[in-house]
Order: sequence, then structure tokens, then C-alpha cells
Amino acid sequence: MLAPLLRIEEGIEERIGEKGVPDESAAVLVEGLVKSFDPKKPPALKNLTARIEGGRITGLVGPDGAGKTTLLRLLCGLLLPDEGRISVLGLDAVTQAEAVHARVGYMPQKFGLYEDLTVMENMTLQADLRGVSPKDRESRYGELLDFTGLGPFRKRLAGRLSGGMKQKLGLACTLLARPPALFLDEPGVGVDPVARRELWRMLRDLLTPRRIIVWSTAYLDEAGACDSVLLLNEGELLFDGPPGDLSMRAKGRVFLIDGGGARRRSLIVPLMEKTQTLDAVVQGGSVRVLTRDGGEEIFSGSGLGAFSEKLSMTLSCRAAAPRFEDAFMDILGGARPGNPAVAEFFDLKPPGEETVRAERLVKRFGAFVAVDDVSFSIRRGEVFGLLGPNGAGKSTTFRMMCGLLAPSSGNCSIVGLDFRVAPGAARSRLGYMAQKFSLYGELSVRQNLDFFSGVYGLRGKARREKTEQVIAAFDLARYLKSPARSLPLGFKQRLALGCAVMHGPDVLFLDEPTSGVDPVTRREFWTCINSVALRGVTVMVTTHFMDEAEYCDRVALVYKGRLAASGSPDDLKAAAADPSNPNPTLEDAFIRLIEEADRGGI
Amino acid sequence: MTRSSVQAALHRVVTLTKREFYAVLLDRKSRFQIFVAPFIMLTIFSFAVTMEVKNATLGVLNLDAGELGRQFVSYLASGPTFTRVFELDGEQEVGPTIENQRALAVLSIPADFSRKLLSGRPATLQTVLDGRKINAVQIADGYVRLVARQFGRSLEQHSGVAAPRPEVVTRQLFNPNLEYLWFTLPTLLVLLTQMIAIIVSGMSVARERELGTFEQLLVSPLSSVEIVIGKAVPAVCLAFCEGVAIHCVALFVFGIPFAGSASFLALGLGLFILSVTGMGLFISSLCSTQQQAFLGCFVYIVPAVLLSGFMAPIENMPVILQYLTLLNPARHIFTISLGIYLKGMPPGNVLPELAWLSGIAVVTLIFAGWFFKRKTQ
Repeated sequence: MLAPLLRIEEGIEERIGEKGVPDESAAVLVEGLVKSFDPKKPPALKNLTARIEGGRITGLVGPDGAGKTTLLRLLCGLLLPDEGRISVLGLDAVTQAEAVHARVGYMPQKFGLYEDLTVMENMTLQADLRGVSPKDRESRYGELLDFTGLGPFRKRLAGRLSGGMKQKLGLACTLLARPPALFLDEPGVGVDPVARRELWRMLRDLLTPRRIIVWSTAYLDEAGACDSVLLLNEGELLFDGPPGDLSMRAKGRVFLIDGGGARRRSLIVPLMEKTQTLDAVVQGGSVRVLTRDGGEEIFSGSGLGAFSEKLSMTLSCRAAAPRFEDAFMDILGGARPGNPAVAEFFDLKPPGEETVRAERLVKRFGAFVAVDDVSFSIRRGEVFGLLGPNGAGKSTTFRMMCGLLAPSSGNCSIVGLDFRVAPGAARSRLGYMAQKFSLYGELSVRQNLDFFSGVYGLRGKARREKTEQVIAAFDLARYLKSPARSLPLGFKQRLALGCAVMHGPDVLFLDEPTSGVDPVTRREFWTCINSVALRGVTVMVTTHFMDEAEYCDRVALVYKGRLAASGSPDDLKAAAADPSNPNPTLEDAFIRLIEEADRGGI
Repeated sequence: MTRSSVQAALHRVVTLTKREFYAVLLDRKSRFQIFVAPFIMLTIFSFAVTMEVKNATLGVLNLDAGELGRQFVSYLASGPTFTRVFELDGEQEVGPTIENQRALAVLSIPADFSRKLLSGRPATLQTVLDGRKINAVQIADGYVRLVARQFGRSLEQHSGVAAPRPEVVTRQLFNPNLEYLWFTLPTLLVLLTQMIAIIVSGMSVARERELGTFEQLLVSPLSSVEIVIGKAVPAVCLAFCEGVAIHCVALFVFGIPFAGSASFLALGLGLFILSVTGMGLFISSLCSTQQQAFLGCFVYIVPAVLLSGFMAPIENMPVILQYLTLLNPARHIFTISLGIYLKGMPPGNVLPELAWLSGIAVVTLIFAGWFFKRKTQ
């Protein structure tokens, strides 16, 4: 069934190079590529030289703003480079752009689908646009619908498909012309782990020795699945090669420290103070540490003993397999020691008391039940993660908990205050940080701080003091007069967090706080969150990042409107272990739970 | 509510209002929309929005060999209405002249025109008008008839066969010389303040929704009433200041007479702006992008202007529509604005219009608040 899809359009195929000689006609070549959009800002791509071979899946990996989309659009001939040469399948992307368009299947970030058209109409439209001859169409539609499993949904509107199905339809549309090169821009966004794996399997099936497949992603854990990786950061190519090679950089320097228990978050700051430490993050019940070259010994024997004594804890240490992200942190020079001064906003409150409570929450939108009988409770000082595929009810649950949506039935309360009874009082006890740090971009940093302190009822002396405190804690002094939109990402994040915590809330709601953010900035953010949690603030976070999920004390998986599972990341992983996979990742655990839920028929 | 909680609410509203002002004033595009665009429009519209017929072209088909036909044409051409007059060579040119818009009207003078008049018999003139320009040709036609009447009378005096006949003497009250600007500026005062109010309020929530900051407001202790107030105040203030500025321009630059009470005009304008702002916030609360909000404002503003009595007299509309226009704040403020400017409308006549405006303002603001609230359901 697959055979026809593997065929590359006739007439484009031929010109095979001589054996052993590097052949440009089956590769993408980039030399000295520079692209700048705004002369006042650093260029989006700085002097990039790379070679992408056919016959493998190449991952274009990097945080938002790294230059991934710019590079893909340049490769497709949709943008013109300022400097440098681009050769795609032996064609010059600038002078032979038309020919490049004909040979490249480009799948842009937002699917490039027409949401008001059905699956079939979308495919027909794309076939028209790509000039697929009428006699070939029927057979190609059939093949692709079979391949993507979209056959039963021909008449469904594209807008009504799930995230995963949309990406499959997008892929089917790009495959209509049987292009020898496939460029996919962040196909993993908005796709649940199960569908994501399926997408990967499909791409593997499509791989022929001469086909070029590029998959761009901001999820570092996705990089591991690629055959080869181009790691981009701020327009610079940091690494080019198999992902395993990159991870090996950090080999022997990654450790897990156990024994911190509930106080493991407090280990991060003292660990980062050690000059040998490059990076320290919470991972489930342990702390994951990356050391500098030659810094390994402090975690073997005596070093850790003294450290344990100082903190009066019994810590133990074991070596761990390096991950892609460890190596990335190594290249970036390690985490910046975050400033835990943010904790000063909060009076220390002993952990244990229940602060967030959801009781049999139900939310209906018309006939559709988005959230069906969800209950949970979170205690002071706990970091609670809400995970789940898009459209599973995760965001709806989150929005009910912070008072943005009223439940159809059931109760939710913050520190004992019900939103329906005392909305103002409940809201004044929570802090909220929306996705991508939504701030008032035109307003200066000072004006933003004034606004949020005023809205949260701080007045007079208290207001001035708190504002000064935030400025000091987040090191915002030099940006006070700048408009918020002009701030570097890391400072935007600090300002957003500062605005959310100024009034010393009991519960902090974070909606996908760090998706697409580079790992260094993410570390800095979580240093603050950790210190806040240690002061007894409850943190509720939604995330797509499996790594980020492991920073949580407890996670809950929402699937099809129900709570499919909840527990500590370690427990969930342990429950998913079986002889074939003794050390499952959190993603493995989730896929397993979702599959079980599907079988259980909920 | 206790006193301290009122104080706290007031403090929050003031904070929000301040931010709204910043948001409008710090953004270059909205600064242009508010401070520059209205004054450009004021200048252009003051001269362009006129319904007078001046400097029009008249085609003349003069078949009359006598003196009187020519004389009549020169009478016509001496007024401001027809400054360009040209002769047609024959009947066959009449149609194409109108069709190709070479003239607004064609006057044909029959061959026996002079003869009949001189023999004391009535003569007939024919005008062919361009029906596509319905307003202009009616005015032109009226002018031709007027001239014809006067022409006839002067002939009668001349020949001494005057028969007494009734005569209409027109006097334009409130605008004795029918200065069109006297009508235009009080109208523009309304149209431009309406535009500012609806743009500032209509965009405010939609912009925040697009940026994702609106949720941040909703999770803060601000109640929906406080949000409505905080968002309404800047729109009302800016539009009102705009209105004051236009009023000053009308008085001091264009020298429009102001016959009535300034405080009543201010009160009426304030209530009008409040009701339009409520409408804008209501539209904004339904939209999730600025583009939608912009379309929404447009969909509101066009019928609001057309059904206000400014373009077409309300008395000429179907009865149902006449009642419907009562819900249009623009209708009431036009009555007030023109009335106060030109005839010094007495308070007794202004009050019912003010009552209507207050009613509409209350309803639209409540609706806006209710829809903000509903968004969280």
C-alpha cells in the first residue's frame, strides 16, 4: 500500500550522482547564510553553513526565535537571503525558486489548511494548487487517505479535526505532489503524545534513500527521535550531527541526587552556588545535576557527604544517562543562577493545608461535555501539573480553577473561597500568568508594575515598597522606562512573574509558562517557582513539556474530559514499567495511560 | 458595601482607567486616530459635505428665434446655480448630453416661445433632468421654475398687463442666508465624537483579547462593573474633549452662531457619548479580534448615521423605522445639536431628548457589563 507514496514524482527523480561522490542533487546545502529582518536587531540567521542529506529525518531543533521558520522558508524559496547560497536538490533557491517550489513539500506551522473546508475539499484544493493531473488524483487521494487513516473523515470540516488529525491532513496535502523534499514546521505542536508518535511512524514509512525530511521542533525531547539534528539558538548553529553524539558531550557528568524528598527543591540554589555545577533541575523525586568538565568528583563520595551534612539531609547520588537537553545546557554555558529573592514577597506559611479544591467539576458546552466529573485537591507548597492532549479538557479545567469559567456543576475553591460566592476575594488570593507572558507591550515596565499593583489593591506605602521589591528581586531597574514589548524574553518572563506575585498570592496559576522558551530562561523561571513553592505557595501549571512535568510534585493527566491518572511523576513512571521497557519516560507513561483509557472505553 | 470596599473598588477603577489612557496615548496608531484624523476630516467635510447646487452645467436647446429665449437663458446663467451654459445644436443631442453627464439639466426653449409671450399667451419650457442625481436636480429644477416665474412677472410689468396673483415670499428662519456650514458643523460635531467614542471603546477589549491580557484582567479582583467603568471613562473623556475642540473650531474658526445653552449641549453630548461607548463596549465584548471589532463598529455606525435624520428626514421613513430611530442615540443628539446651535432650543424641548439618551446609555452599558460577565460563564 505504501509503495506509491514512496515514489517521487517522475522527471524530478533522476540525475543520480556517481557513487561515493557527495551529490548535491539529493541534498540541501546552505553556505554562509545570513538573513536579517530588522537592521536594528541581530540577524535571524547568522552565517549558517550546513548540509542536510536525504534518506534520514533531520531535526531542526531550537527554542522560539532561534531561526527555524526563517531557515525553512529560505529553503523553500519563500524568503530571499541577505548573503550566502542555498542549494535544494541541486537547484538554487534564489534563481530557481519556481523549480524548488515544485519539488518541495512545505507544511507551515498553522497547518495551512482551510478550516471551513472538508478534508476532501482541502485535498482537492491542494491538488489544484500543486497541479496534480486529474487522472492521478483519485488514486492518490485513496492512497493518502488510507495512509493517514483519514478515510472515514472525508466529509468532516478540517476545523473540526483534532490537532493530530489536522497535522495528518496537512501532511497528506503536502504529499499529494510526491515531493522529494518534505519540510515540516513544528508539526508536533498541539498534537498529543500518541498522535505525535503516529506522525513519526508515518514519516519513517515515507523515508526513502533519496527523500529529504526536515522536522522542526522546539521540544528538545523530540530531537532524540531524529537521525540527525541541527541545533539552532539565536540564529546560530550550535550543533550538526546525530543527536546521540551531542548527548555524549555530557556523558559521565549527569547525576541524580536522591534523598531530598519534599525538600528537594531547596537543594537547587545551594547546588547552583557550587562552581562545578552547570545545571540543576528537579526531576520527579530527585534532582538532576550537570557538572562542568572535571566537576564530577564532588558527586562521588566525600563531596556530597559534606554537602549533605551542611543541609542536614541524607543524600545519595547516582549517575544518569545524558539527555539532549543536558548537552544543550552544556553548550549554552549552563544555567544562570536564578534569584530566589522573589520568595520575599511571601510570608512563610507551613505546608500541608489544602489551598485548591476541585470537587466533581463538570463543564458542558451545549451537548459537549468538556470536563466530566473531575476532582482533586492541592496543598500548600505543592507544584501541581495539569497535562493532557489538546481538547482533552485540560485548559477548561485550568480556566475553571482560576475563575475564568464557571463550572456547569461541582465546586472549585481557592483557600476555601468559592468563586461563585466571593469572586473578588478569591481572585485577590491568586496570581495568574498567561501563556507567553501577556503584558501590556506599549506600557513601560514601571507602568505595568503600577497597573498590576493597583488592580490588586496595593496602595500608598505598601504599593511603593512592593514595587521596589519586585524591581530589585527581578533586576528590572535598568528597563523601568522601556516598553515591555522591547524587553528580552528572559526579562519579559521576569516582569510577568513579578506582576503575578506582587500581591503575595496563595496560589499561582501558570498556563504553559515556558513552551518554546530556551532552556536557560526556563531554568531561571523555575528557580523562582521553586523558591515560591518553598515559601508555601501552591503552584498549578499546565504544560506540554514532559521535562517540565517532571518539575512538579504531582501531575494529573486529563483525557477525554476525565482525570485519567494522577500521582507523582516517579510513581506514574514506575506504574508504566514492564519488562520490555524497564525505565519508561514520562511520555511513555502517558501514552500507556491514554491507551489504557481508550481500551477501558471512557 | 462598606466604605473601605467602595474605596478599594474606586482605587482599582482609577488604576484601570489610567492604564487605558496610557494604552491609547502610547500607541502611535491610536494617537493618530484620535488627534489627527478627526481634524483632517473636519476640515475636509466642512467644505465637501454640502447639498447646495452651485456651479452646475446647463445645456440649452434654444429653438426660439426671438429675443426672449436668449434673455431667459442669460437670466438663468446670472445666478450661482448654473455658471456654465452651452448651446445644443439639435433635439438629437439632448439624450446624449444627459447620458454622458455633460450637463446636469437641459433646457429646451420651443420655437414659438417669444411669439407666444409677446402675444400675451402662456408659453411652455421643457427641462430634461439627470435622474441619477436626484437631490441636485430637484434643487436645480426649483431654481429654473423660480427664474421662470420671475421672468414672467417682469414681462407682465413690462407689458403692463399685470394681473394680480398670489406670491410666495420665503424667509429662512434660524439660517437666514441658508449657509450650509451652519448645518455641517453641528452635524460633524456629532459624527466625529461618535467615531472617537466607538473606536476607543470598541477596540479596547478586543485588543486585550488579542494580546491575551484580558484574561489577566478577569482573574484580577476587578469586577465586571469595574472593568466596564474603567474602560468607558477614557473613551468618554477623549470623545468629549474632541467634541469641545470641534465646538471651538465651529465657533471661532467658522464663526457659526451659537444661540442656545452650552451646558445643555454639553450634557446632551456627554450622554450621547456614554451611550455610544456602551454600544462600543458591547460590540467589543462579543469580538475576539480587533478586526472583528472594527467590522462590528462599522456595521453599527453606518445605519446609525443613515437613520439619524441627518441624511434623510425621519418623517419620510416608514412608520416602523421612525419608531426604531428613537433607539438611535445619534437621532436625539442631532436634534439637540442643531436645535441648540441654530435656534436656541428651550430646555423644555431638550429634556425629552436627554431622557432618551440617558435611557439608551444605561441599557447599553448594562448590556456591555453583562456580556463581560457572561464570558466567564
